[in-house]
Amino acid sequence: MKTVNLTCIGCPLGCQLSVEMDGKEVVSVSGNTCKNGDKYARKELTNPTRIVTSTVRVTGGTLAAVSVKTASDIPKDKIFPCMKALKEIEVSAPVTIGQVILSDVAGTGVSIVATKNIPQK
Amino acid sequence: MKQYDLVIIGGGPAGLAAAVSARNAGIRDILILERDAELGGILNQCIHNGFGLHTFKEELTGPEYASRFIAQVQELGIEYKLNTMVLDLSKDKTVTAMNRTDGLFQLQPKAVILAMGCRERPRGALNIPGSRPAGIYTAGTAQRLVNMEGQMPGRKVVILGSGDIGLIMARRMTLEGAEVKVVAELMPYSGGLKRNIVQCLDDFGIPLKLSHTVVDIRGKDRVEGITLARVEQGKPVPGTEEYYECDTLLLSCGLIPENELSRGAGVALNPVTNGPAVNESLETSIPGVFAAGNVLHVHDLVDYVSEEAAAAGRHAAVFILGGGEASVQALPIRCCSGVRYSVPSFIRPDCLNPDDTVTVRFRVDNIYKNKRIAVYAGENQIFTKKRNVLAPGEMETIKLKACSILENREAAELVLKLEDA
Amino acid sequence: MFDVIIIGAGVSGCAIARELSRRKGNFLVVDRAEDVCCGTSKANSAIVHAGYDAPQGTLMAKLNVQGSRMMGELSKELDFHYQNIGSLVVMNKDQNRAELLRLYENGIANGVEGLRIVEQEELRRMEPNISDDAVAALYAPTAAIICPFGLTYALAENAAKNGVSFRFDTEVTNIEAIQGGWKLTTSSGILETRVVVNAAGVYADRLHNMVSDDTMTIVPRRGDYFLLDRSCEGYVRHTIFQLPTKFGKGVLVTPTVHGNTIVGPTAIDIEDKDSTATTQEGLDQIRSKVCLSVKNLPLRQTITSFAGLRAHDTRHRFTIEEVAPGFVDCAGIESPGLSCSPAVGVMVAQMVTDILNLPENPDFDGKRKGILDPKALSFEERARLIKENPAYGTVVCRCETITEGEIIDAIHRVPGARSIDGVKRRTRAGMGRCQGGFCSPKVMEIIARELNIPLSEVTKSGGASRLIVGKSKDRL
Repeated sequence: MKTVNLTCIGCPLGCQLSVEMDGKEVVSVSGNTCKNGDKYARKELTNPTRIVTSTVRVTGGTLAAVSVKTASDIPKDKIFPCMKALKEIEVSAPVTIGQVILSDVAGTGVSIVATKNIPQK
Repeated sequence: MKQYDLVIIGGGPAGLAAAVSARNAGIRDILILERDAELGGILNQCIHNGFGLHTFKEELTGPEYASRFIAQVQELGIEYKLNTMVLDLSKDKTVTAMNRTDGLFQLQPKAVILAMGCRERPRGALNIPGSRPAGIYTAGTAQRLVNMEGQMPGRKVVILGSGDIGLIMARRMTLEGAEVKVVAELMPYSGGLKRNIVQCLDDFGIPLKLSHTVVDIRGKDRVEGITLARVEQGKPVPGTEEYYECDTLLLSCGLIPENELSRGAGVALNPVTNGPAVNESLETSIPGVFAAGNVLHVHDLVDYVSEEAAAAGRHAAVFILGGGEASVQALPIRCCSGVRYSVPSFIRPDCLNPDDTVTVRFRVDNIYKNKRIAVYAGENQIFTKKRNVLAPGEMETIKLKACSILENREAAELVLKLEDA
Repeated sequence: MFDVIIIGAGVSGCAIARELSRRKGNFLVVDRAEDVCCGTSKANSAIVHAGYDAPQGTLMAKLNVQGSRMMGELSKELDFHYQNIGSLVVMNKDQNRAELLRLYENGIANGVEGLRIVEQEELRRMEPNISDDAVAALYAPTAAIICPFGLTYALAENAAKNGVSFRFDTEVTNIEAIQGGWKLTTSSGILETRVVVNAAGVYADRLHNMVSDDTMTIVPRRGDYFLLDRSCEGYVRHTIFQLPTKFGKGVLVTPTVHGNTIVGPTAIDIEDKDSTATTQEGLDQIRSKVCLSVKNLPLRQTITSFAGLRAHDTRHRFTIEEVAPGFVDCAGIESPGLSCSPAVGVMVAQMVTDILNLPENPDFDGKRKGILDPKALSFEERARLIKENPAYGTVVCRCETITEGEIIDAIHRVPGARSIDGVKRRTRAGMGRCQGGFCSPKVMEIIARELNIPLSEVTKSGGASRLIVGKSKDRL
């Protein structure tokens, strides 16, 4: 058994959560003032995920970069592999919102999609 | 030059939402004047997600959120001019503007909505001593360079200010390959969302130093390092200095509503917000000139900007269509006991229908726990609501029943305050 | 071989160059910085002293009064900002009137026109924000404010127009006498010249000491300043000095020609000739001293604080003389050096002309037009300008309303702007209340485009002051 401390992100209260872990299993959560704290702690300690946002290079567009995001959240430990994968990407204008820029980024099964329209120059 | 009923100065989130709602309220000839090369304002460089949970019930990035409103503006056929700078607004609502294609021109609309947004407080205004080399950026300038142009403004970064822009930039710089050494915050608490502290700093092991500030900047050509010190009662404590080697200092130390045009027109400003003092219709001291969004007061979430601007659009439409009331009795809202300011600053009972609600937005001056928000009209409490926690970084919104104001219209003022729960 | 090399492209060097260009010859101005006006000339009080301060009979006194008399006319000829607003030296109730009278008499002896003592009541009418303790003041109607950048660029551009060359990023590291002149070793190669003019500001002692045994020491005397937003315009109407006390000269408060208010300076002797870093103590000193002369100063409206270095000769005197054959010093030009500069130019150019017996330049044209300011035009004129050149229809700097047209003009001047600061000092883009937050990425783009260099090579102020260090993800 070990105890992990973390801050709840549910609201500005920012409850300091104390989580009892048995290996990779959450045994109990304390310190939370509402049920969202419990839910957050369990997810964050068993399967933390994040949406990653960044840019990729664009050629022939009105701007040199287009903003992109992972179409859904990916495991937290895949953030940097995802960024490295984006390093090599270059797309040509026009780019439209939702356009898939890269599929299955860093083996997550999640696509990278454009979040901005970039017209041709 | 074609003339318009409504000119909206600024095509960011506030200007776009105001235009859409004014059109839906029956105003045909609307023109948005935008100084940048595209609509969307600052959202274009806010490429992180987290926008639109209230408005669209989903999490969007800044450009995506903007695109939803831009699409509406385009579908409704609302006219806009890009790369267009408004040089002057006069008391009689003459708008002088210019761009490359139309040259210099003047418009005389029936109503104007101010939606110019805000700007960042620069290093000079912070009085940070030291040298003045390259490598000192406001967080927003760095955000533009990184997110829109794909350029790196630095490799080793110290950030002063833990508002959301500072936190977001800590993550952005880290993801793009820079090393963010520390985020320092003058106040004993962060002005940013808890979510951002966890996901922008904790995720990457970036320390947050509360009650710290930059006391020296070194470097001749480019920043070579900065010194942080702990702050007590607003003063750096000698002996607590720590030197950080870095090539970049990002400043995220507050936003200031951009009211140069408003001031030029003679619009009365609220000294706390530095934005116009408005009535319940979001109308400034000049009849027919309305304000919404960050030019009025700095918001925390863009969703509230859109909501407020839509209201300004509706009120402007009423004014244009002939419903504007001549000057009538106005009840000032006095803020005290932890409440810094309110928008609106005045409520005119004569302009209310008994079944209306009046939205009042405000901010508090410190972190408070277990409080009640209360509004009084004279002796009578007309509103109360319990809040477990209030923080300066969060904008508060309450809705007052118009009938409760009308019942107490002989009161000299409304008082908005925090009370112990 | 050049006829004359002027070392230092500050206000003195440029004034000398411009006066010298009335003569025929092969003239070069070199500077270690990337541009004109990068040292003492760029960070000072931006005022023209009337000339009552320098002790009667000194070169400083003579040149100050001469320079002050020339400045108005010069501003018309060279099109830079100059406003003859007058100055007041304020005496408080606990101070010695004899000291105020001494200044008055020294001024009369120096030949300063129009000096008079104003008493409390008139003083309050002239300056409503004057301290409640102020009882009298020395009024000098000939004192003025100028744009020090504007003056220096105007002199440099007019010199260049009349044939003077400029070479930047060129630091002189050694000087030796050769047959018929001097050999200069510089960071950009060897240069030979018949005459050297040493106008190197805080570095003038190093150059002087390379050729003279009578050594000189120039101490950089740092002055910290606050610059207040234009919203404070009208806070004071004259340049307000404090009557010197046993604790020092005091600080001044003055409007600038662009409607800002400047407060300072300190006078802190330092060792590092490059260090223009402000310090907390320096800034605090100004805050505490300024209330001696004015009240309710809105220091909250500060848009920037900065520091400049005065080239203080430990003997507190100007050295303008031929210290070795063909080597002319123009050294120790501390305050009131800016005020003296037109007269310094004439004096040094005459010395050099006499040494080399230079003939007149029949093509000399002393007129120069500054960068066009669209704000000064009528609505119709401005509309026409944008039609002719649409770049004047794009606002780049929002705070100061500076257009792309003005920035392009600044870049293509000779000598022209090559950095963000060069553009800023010539056009005011980035000088306003947001201090370049919005416009610097835009200005960077325009510089890169107009000079045909990559964005990553655009600097803040030359040298290694790069603004962009790479592309995103390049180190991942």
